[in-house]
Amino acid sequence: MSNKILVALDGSDGSKRALSAAVAHAKLTGSDLVLAYVIDWSPYSFHTPQELEERHKRRESEIQRANDSILTPEIAALEADGVNVETVVHHGKIAETLLDLGEQNGATQIYIGRRGESRMHTMIFGSVSAALVQASTVPVTVVP
Amino acid sequence: MKRIFYMFAVLVSSVSTAQAGIDEAINTATAPIATLIGQIVFFKIPVFGAQLPVVVLWLVVGAVFFTFYMGFINLRGFKHAIQLVRGDYADPNSHGEVSHFQALATAVSGTVGIGNIGGVAVAVTVGGAGATFWLIVAGFLGMSTKFVECTLGVKYRKEFEDGHVSGGPMYYLRQGFSDRGMEGFGKFMGTFYAIGIFIGALGIGNMFQSNQAYVQLNNVSGGALDGLGWLVGLILAGVVFAVIIGGIKSIARVTEKIVPFMAIFYCLFAIIVILMNASTIPQAIANIFSGAFTGEGVAGGALGAMIIGFQRAVFSNEAGIGSASIAHSAVKTDEPITEGIVSLLEPFIDTIVICTITALVIGTAQVAAPDFAGDAQGVAMTSAAFEREFSWFPIPLAFAALLFAFSTMISWSYYGLKGWTYMFGEGERGQTIYKLIFCAFVALGCVVQLGPILDISDALVFLICVPNILGLYFLAPIVKREMNSYFARIDSGEIKKFK
Repeated sequence: MSNKILVALDGSDGSKRALSAAVAHAKLTGSDLVLAYVIDWSPYSFHTPQELEERHKRRESEIQRANDSILTPEIAALEADGVNVETVVHHGKIAETLLDLGEQNGATQIYIGRRGESRMHTMIFGSVSAALVQASTVPVTVVP
Repeated sequence: MKRIFYMFAVLVSSVSTAQAGIDEAINTATAPIATLIGQIVFFKIPVFGAQLPVVVLWLVVGAVFFTFYMGFINLRGFKHAIQLVRGDYADPNSHGEVSHFQALATAVSGTVGIGNIGGVAVAVTVGGAGATFWLIVAGFLGMSTKFVECTLGVKYRKEFEDGHVSGGPMYYLRQGFSDRGMEGFGKFMGTFYAIGIFIGALGIGNMFQSNQAYVQLNNVSGGALDGLGWLVGLILAGVVFAVIIGGIKSIARVTEKIVPFMAIFYCLFAIIVILMNASTIPQAIANIFSGAFTGEGVAGGALGAMIIGFQRAVFSNEAGIGSASIAHSAVKTDEPITEGIVSLLEPFIDTIVICTITALVIGTAQVAAPDFAGDAQGVAMTSAAFEREFSWFPIPLAFAALLFAFSTMISWSYYGLKGWTYMFGEGERGQTIYKLIFCAFVALGCVVQLGPILDISDALVFLICVPNILGLYFLAPIVKREMNSYFARIDSGEIKKFK
């Protein structure tokens, strides 16, 4: 079984750089790639009844949109390059969910782009990549 | 969209220009109907000198029955309810769907309202301190009723092709009875319920709320808004319009976020006020217990106190009316029972926690200074009890009342909508008409005398507990079977924790 590398994508430039670094790594080691898109979601948020009713529909369309605009466009180029790719879209807390996805897919390495948020932003919301580095059980590469 | 705005403007302006005349016309036209319906629905039987409304008896008997029939699910299921809300049993693969917490939070903001602040004061004024005891008992029993109705709401909800869901008593009444070979009767009950919830949504879920919000604002501003009801009404209607028709989610989201904090803030300050009167707590609690069984100074004695406590509890937590099951139906789960268990927490938070705290604030103030409130009643009385310790408190309290009223209106607008779509289908145009009517009534609530209109709406909301609880009796065996199977699978480890 070949190794798997999980790449966190969010459509940003940083995440694209993370992907190219991961591709290089994958080619060198003959690993497969798992492209992951996590939709930030919390089970403890508050909604109106109308929003609850439409939630299922919205969830489907969120997943669809992530697949269509972020993940699917990458697949063709990667496959032409001879890299095996899987994609996954999941709702949840971003860092936590990425770790879970890594574990489920047996990833031996995680790539993530640095978002370069301001210090203030990081202080309030924390940094996804920092949280990932802290909690991960496999090596994490943060690409600037 | 423009056209809708125009229609709305016309509706509302016609309301405000004609307000003085409308008031009288509406009152004279509806008063006799209101009296008649009120007399039928709140028909009272004299029991040992107390007046017992049959409908309250109907609700309480139902709650007692479900508590025993489900083997004290209100106690047994409590811990599991908290585990479910925490997400211990949530499958990570269904992340992004409606969680138990979200369904509960939405349903709670629909029930926590002015009743929790003002209704309790009314209960204590009329029923004495002892009414508090019965209020808590009724809240406890109501948990079982809520369990049954919310389980059924999820079990019999209708899922449409595009993925949206509609559920609630009208759906389980129709389906439940028709499953037992009473198709015609089920249809009748479903439609009856739908009409009732629709009218209730315009009355207690709407006009009553906007009216009370206006009264509160006017009180704290020292009467500065006298005669400006139409303006407050227009603004409120505009905001509701923006949320339910304009789809401006940010307003809704902000309210939905602030309301829980408001509730916590309210409870926190209430506890501080109670503690500041610490020396009077034992006496206040003693009064609750002695009043509950002696009913000193209450018309009808202990029984009178009991009736008033029960009545207030039902008003506040809506157990048996079925409205909350509409909100709970949206949850994503393969086990309807889980939503029923989660809904147990609703009467608990609403009645046993928040109402009791309010009752203690008033109770301790009464012990410390029996005449603290003067002639004030309802919300004003509660406000006065807080004011004894914090002179500035009436202002945030009025703000909280306004927000509670607003979130209750948003929730009820949805309940009424579900009644409407049940009757007239899911068409967009019909839904917009309903929402326009709803907004117009928000404005109306601030300008017209509520008397008879509110009585009709009040009576109808209580009337729908008749088909609802009847349906619950019929469907209870199904709920019991599912409940037993669910707990058996929890015990055997077939249903696993994810956390």
